[in-house]
Amino acid sequence: MRQATRMAAVLAILGLLMIAGGPAFAGQPKEVVIGVLYPMTGPSAQIGIDAVNMIKVALDIINNGANLNLPLAKSKGLPGLGGATIRVVAVDTQGKADVGQAEAERLITQEKAIALFGAYQSAVTTTASQVAERMGIPFMNADSSSPALTERGYKWFFRTSPHDVHFSQVMFEFMKDLEKKRNVQFKTVAILNEDTTFGTDSAKAQEDLAKQFGYTVAARIPFRSGTTSLDAEVGRLKSANADVFLPSLYTSDAILLTRTMRNLDYNPKLLIAQNAGYTDPKFVTEMGKEAEGAITRAPFSLDLAAKKPLIPAIDAMFKKLSGGRDMADVSARAFTAFMTLADAINRAESTDPAAIQKALQTTNIPPDQLVMPWTGVQFDAKGQNIGVRAILQQMQGGAYSTIYPFDLATKDVIYPVPAWSQRK
Amino acid sequence: MLQIPSAEVLIQGIMNGVLMGCLYALIAAGLSLIFGLMEIVNFAHGEFLMLGMYTAFWMYTLFGLDPLLSVPICAAALFLLGWLTHKGIIRRILGGPMLAQIFATFGLGIFLRAAAQFLWTPDFRQIAHPLVQGPVKLFGISIGLAQLVASGASLAAFAVLYWFITRTEAGAALEATAQDRQAAALMGINTERMFTLGWGISSACVGIAGAFLASFFYVFPYVGSLFALIAYVTVALGGFGSILGSLVAGIMIGVIEVMAGLLIAPAFKYVAVFLIYLIVVLIRPQGLFGKF
Repeated sequence: MRQATRMAAVLAILGLLMIAGGPAFAGQPKEVVIGVLYPMTGPSAQIGIDAVNMIKVALDIINNGANLNLPLAKSKGLPGLGGATIRVVAVDTQGKADVGQAEAERLITQEKAIALFGAYQSAVTTTASQVAERMGIPFMNADSSSPALTERGYKWFFRTSPHDVHFSQVMFEFMKDLEKKRNVQFKTVAILNEDTTFGTDSAKAQEDLAKQFGYTVAARIPFRSGTTSLDAEVGRLKSANADVFLPSLYTSDAILLTRTMRNLDYNPKLLIAQNAGYTDPKFVTEMGKEAEGAITRAPFSLDLAAKKPLIPAIDAMFKKLSGGRDMADVSARAFTAFMTLADAINRAESTDPAAIQKALQTTNIPPDQLVMPWTGVQFDAKGQNIGVRAILQQMQGGAYSTIYPFDLATKDVIYPVPAWSQRK
Repeated sequence: MLQIPSAEVLIQGIMNGVLMGCLYALIAAGLSLIFGLMEIVNFAHGEFLMLGMYTAFWMYTLFGLDPLLSVPICAAALFLLGWLTHKGIIRRILGGPMLAQIFATFGLGIFLRAAAQFLWTPDFRQIAHPLVQGPVKLFGISIGLAQLVASGASLAAFAVLYWFITRTEAGAALEATAQDRQAAALMGINTERMFTLGWGISSACVGIAGAFLASFFYVFPYVGSLFALIAYVTVALGGFGSILGSLVAGIMIGVIEVMAGLLIAPAFKYVAVFLIYLIVVLIRPQGLFGKF
């Protein structure tokens, strides 16, 4: 009995040594682990799956090399770490904040991730990045647009993408410019938002901007995401009869909204959506015709390919993994953010989180290495990329075309959007 | 706080509430039937609805069959699923502890959802060009034609269900089994067959609802859970086991939902639904039309 206890104690100590001593003896690592969090089940599952597929494309380029104009494509593995490869552990957050938090913790403590990446829904990114902040691990965010995320004073949080203040700012600038261009006047806006962090923060930003730009908010309608009917909401919008309609919602709600608007004969003259559902490739292919005239802000557009040769090359690689789906907004942003993180780890020449954090702070990626229409990637003290630039696209003939800023536009704006009764 | 919209919007709202309510009612009817028959809550009911919608979607995509025409196929497929569920799972746990009964259907629901995502991806699917779509003007008020057809069909399905239970021999046997299992068995009714039949009919109801729903609502593996919650409230409000109760409660919920949204605030619509549910259940714990 005593012998057995002693044996167990020895084994336990040995085990502890192995866990604690592992990295210390390792020297130059052969691979580094990055924890990736995305919704892979639940309403936004397809978006998460697309993002993870795009990360696999990025991994292929980094680990195996590729004939592309990207610094990390020139060699196999990360040259700064002696050719170490990156391994990704991708987990499903189910789009839930509590799951995201638990998985972030597990990725750091059990999978030994040296950085975290994710998580699409702003609500999930909020909790998952809290864990990273507490544990001192860099968190790279590609695609959550809640402005509050970079206002928390976090030291370990970095976001490459624009947030909803950038995006909404562009919408209001567009409205002012359109007023001048077409000699019309907008007085009122109506805001419809789903009620999680994304929609709520977006609506708040829009409400503030409306005041700044001198518009009256005729209605601000929050609703529960994943509702079975939007009849009451659209009824309200009809009553408000605002000049400009600003929805912020995810894919399923965007589909239901479009159908309900048609059935209830609600005809806003100008609809400017806060991305998300409106730029989901599935929404574009299935609802393209019905959503004719809808404008959405977007960080990315495939019709930019003419100006950026990287886009068709990455798109071709992505299509092989995605079963023929094109690269779209979220996947393009995931690629950009992942390459930014890999670049920082490479420059840090270490797997020490503090060194990576330092490298991220001095990130400076020029525009020709991006698939995005940005002026580059450089983080401010809050971890927000200052090189962002948002564009607006309008659904014309079943596909999106860039319409604003006017100097990047490939098509002219359709205004007013024809009423349902006047469409074919 | 109270906002009065224009008459057009108000009438439109009431009409839409009734239309959606009829569908809620048909979904709830199946749930209610099973409970009345054997006091089991089918927690996979929403997933059955999802499978009904997918059946309609695949009939359309693979064979070009419109949801309107694939209604009998959806009903038959789901009848079979209900029949199999009883034979394969429910029958084996009837004598088991209460928790086993709850978790069996709960687990089945999770399995079906995960299987649907595995087989058909989590993409949002739609019937691209259904026979009935778009708006229709009724007394000058614009409403969805697909919703109108779906609610008409729901009412027809209710009529058939009601006729079956009250006017046919099999229906009487079903009713007898629901009232007293042992007495019915003593009278020579094959209760096991009645249970199987009940599960079949219950599932066929959501099969029909699913087919009509697919013509205007998006289909994805988790779509069932959106409607399931409303179905549970409908059953509890209308009275467990009461088919007529489901109809009245379904329409009530549909109208309350829209009216609360229009008159107070859309964020308030489910608060209103659950508030009225709570009040009714406090005064009449057995629900509006419940027997016990």
